[in-house]
Amino acid sequence: MNLWEFLLQNRAEVFELTLEHLFLVGLSTGIAILIGVPLGIMLTRWPALSKPVLGFANIMQTVPSLALFGFLIPLNIYLFHVRILGGIGARTAIVALVLYALLPIIRNTFTGISGVDPAIREAGRGMGMTNRQLLFQVEIPLSLGVIIAGVRVATVISVGTATIAAAIDAGGLGRYIFRGLRMNDNTLILAGAVPAALMALVADLVLGWVEKIFKTGVGGWLKSAKVVWTSLLLALGVIVWSSVTLYPGKTERRVAVGSKDFTEQIILGEILAQVIESKAGVRAQRRFDLGGNLAHEALVAGEVDAYVEYSGTALTAILKLPPLSDASEVYRRVKSEYAAKFNVEWTEPLGFNNTFAILVRGEDARRLKLKTITDAASYAAKWRAGFGQDFMSRPDGYAGFARAYGLKFAQLREMDLSLTYRALVDHQVDLIAGNSTDGLIARHDLFQLTDDRRYFPPYDAVPVVRQETLERYPEIRNVLRLLGGLISVDEMRQLNYQVDGEHRAVKDVVREFLQKKGLSGNG
Amino acid sequence: MGMKTDSQKSIEFRSVGFRLSNGRALLSGLDLEVYQGETLILLGRSGCGKTTTLKLINRLLDPTEGEVRVEGTATTRWDPIRLRRRVGYVIQEIGLFPHLTVEENVGVVPRLEGWEAEKIRARTRELLDMVGLEPGRFATRYPRELSGGQRQRVGVARALAADPPIILLDEPFGALDPITRREIQQEFRSLQKRLGKTLVFVTHDVREAFLLASRIALLKDGKMVLLGQPADLLNSGDPEAKAFADCLHDPDSPEGSA
Repeated sequence: MNLWEFLLQNRAEVFELTLEHLFLVGLSTGIAILIGVPLGIMLTRWPALSKPVLGFANIMQTVPSLALFGFLIPLNIYLFHVRILGGIGARTAIVALVLYALLPIIRNTFTGISGVDPAIREAGRGMGMTNRQLLFQVEIPLSLGVIIAGVRVATVISVGTATIAAAIDAGGLGRYIFRGLRMNDNTLILAGAVPAALMALVADLVLGWVEKIFKTGVGGWLKSAKVVWTSLLLALGVIVWSSVTLYPGKTERRVAVGSKDFTEQIILGEILAQVIESKAGVRAQRRFDLGGNLAHEALVAGEVDAYVEYSGTALTAILKLPPLSDASEVYRRVKSEYAAKFNVEWTEPLGFNNTFAILVRGEDARRLKLKTITDAASYAAKWRAGFGQDFMSRPDGYAGFARAYGLKFAQLREMDLSLTYRALVDHQVDLIAGNSTDGLIARHDLFQLTDDRRYFPPYDAVPVVRQETLERYPEIRNVLRLLGGLISVDEMRQLNYQVDGEHRAVKDVVREFLQKKGLSGNG
Repeated sequence: MGMKTDSQKSIEFRSVGFRLSNGRALLSGLDLEVYQGETLILLGRSGCGKTTTLKLINRLLDPTEGEVRVEGTATTRWDPIRLRRRVGYVIQEIGLFPHLTVEENVGVVPRLEGWEAEKIRARTRELLDMVGLEPGRFATRYPRELSGGQRQRVGVARALAADPPIILLDEPFGALDPITRREIQQEFRSLQKRLGKTLVFVTHDVREAFLLASRIALLKDGKMVLLGQPADLLNSGDPEAKAFADCLHDPDSPEGSA
C-alpha cells in the first residue's frame, strides 16, 4: 500500500491525529508566548537577569525529550486542586513542549526590544510617555516583527518535537511514526512524518508572512496595541478552553488501561480493555504506547489502573532484584513485593512467556547449522550485534548474557528495538535480541537460537492492577481471572503477526480472538 | 531689554551642574533664565553641553548640582510625565516613530492626554497645514515615505500638537541640505512670531542662531562663556565668540550666504 492510498483509507484517523498534533503545538506555543514575551520584556528592564534566564532556556532545549518526560511524569504539582504537572498524557507533553519553545520566544523578545533605536525611545520619553505607554506604543510595536520571528521558530520546533509526545500517550502524528518504526512499516512512518512536515512548512510560511507584515510596519499604534491584546486574549481563551478538555471530571465510572510501546503490549492492553468493558461494564480509557518504564510509573502514579507486565522485567528492571530462573518463584516474589511496595496486585498469568529471543538470519542458521546460542558463540568475534537500549541497560540483559556465553562481538550497536529487526534483515548487523513472541520472526525468516544455558529468566505476561482500583470495581478481579492461561506463545505470535505482518487493526484482531475464546459480549 | 519679573521667567537654571556617574562633568555652574515668549539659542561646538542643558529642562536628566526650575517649580518636584507633556520636544528626524503615520505621529501627545479622536484629527490637520504639509497628501504616509525636510516639519508639528507653552528643539534642522534648511528656517521664523512660545533651541550653526535668536547662550566645555543678544556675540572679546562670529562672515563657509 502506498502512502497516498493509506492516507485516503485512513483519512478520518489522519485528520484526528493532525488535530491532536495541532492542539499540542498550538496550546504549547500559546503558553510559551504568554510566559516568554513578558519574561523577555522583564529581561530588558533587568538586564542582569538575562544571562541566567536565557542560560536556563538554552539548557532546556538541549535536554532530550524522553529524559524530560521521565523527569516530569513523577511530579505531582497541584494548583487549586487541578494537577498542572506530572503524569502521562497531553499535560506533560505540553509542559515539555512549552519548555522547548521558550528559548526562541524569550530571546527574540529580549533582542527585539533591546534593539529599538535609543533615539526613538528617548523621543517617546521626551514626549511624556509613561514606561507602560512606551512599551505598548513604541517598543512592542517596533519589535513585533522580531518577536513573531521567535514565535515562528518556536512553532516549527514544536511541530517536530510534538511527534515524540506519542511516547507518553499524548497523541498526535507521532503515533504513526512510532507505530511504523515498531512494525517496520515505511508507509506508516511517512503517514506520520509527511503531514507533520507539511504542518511545519505551512506554519513557517504563514508566520513568515505575518512577520513580514509587522516588519514593514502596519500603521497605527492603536492597531498594534490591539493586535497584542487580542492575541493575548485569544491565547488565553484557547488555554482555558483546552484546560477544560484536558482535565475532565473524575466522577465517571472508568478504568485507565495502559500498555508499553510495542505491538504485543497494545494487543494485550486492548484485550484487557475489551474484556473489562464487555464483562465488567466499566468504560476503559486506553492509554497505550507508553515508552520506556512509563507504564509502570504511570501505574504507580495512578494515571493508569492496569496493564500487562512481565514477571522477569518486574523482578530485575523495576524491583532491581537479582535474576531468578524458576518461573513460579519469580511470580511469588514480584507479587508480594508489588503488594507491599506499590499497592499493586499481580493477577493470573496470561499463559505465555515472552523471553528474549536471540535471533539470526534464517539463511545464516542453515548455512552454519546453528541451533543454540552456544553454537553461535564461536562466530561472535566476526559478527556485529544490534541491541535495543532496554536490552543493553537491564540487569538481565547484555552484560550477563555476554558473560554467560563468553561472547565478544566484532561490533556492538545500540539502537531502537524496532530498528534492530530491520538492521538484521538488511545485513547491517548479524545477531539481535528480539522478543520470542514477535510476529516479525516468521515474516522475515529469522531463526531463534535456543537459550541452552538457561540464562534468561522467565517473562510471564501478567496483568497488574492497582489495589485501589480493585476495591472500587471488585468485578474487575473476576473478569481478569477469566484471562488466566488464556494465551499460548503460539497464539501470541499469531496475534502479533496479524497486526505487524498483515497490518490488521488491533481492535478487530482482539475482538476475533476473544470471540474464538468465548469471551466476547455479555454473559 | 528691561527688568523681567519672576512671573515672566519660564525656565531658570540656578548654579546647575551635571556630572556622569564616572565623575566627568558635562556641565557646571550654569546660571540662566529663559523668559516667556523668547527664543533662546544654545550655541556651541559638539560636546559642549548644549544637549545636556536641554535634557535637564524636561527631566530626561536630573541636575547633580543646583536646580532647574520650570514655571517656578524645581524640575525634581515636577512629575516627569506631566512636565514632559507641557514641554514640546523636537529632535533630529530620527525621532519620528517609524511605525506610525504622519497623522498618528503628530497626534501622539494629544492621544496620551486623552483627547477625543475628532479633536485630535482636526488639530492634526490644522498643524500639518501650519507647517506646510497638505493633510490630504501627507496625513496617511509613513516617515520613510517623506523627504528629510518633510520629516522635520512633522517633528515640529508633533511638538506643537498639545499646545505646550515651552518647546525644546535639539538641532532640529541639522540633517537637512543647506537649501532646504534655509527654507525651513525662514518658515520656522514666521511660525515662531505667530505662536509666541518659549523656545530653547540647540544648534552649532551660527547663521541659524542669528536668524532665530532673541538671545544666544554660548557654551564651551560645559560652561557658559557668553549670554546676550546676537550683536553682543559680534562685539565680544571672548575667543570662542570670535571663532563663531568669524564663521558668520566667512565666504568659504559650506553653508554659503543666503
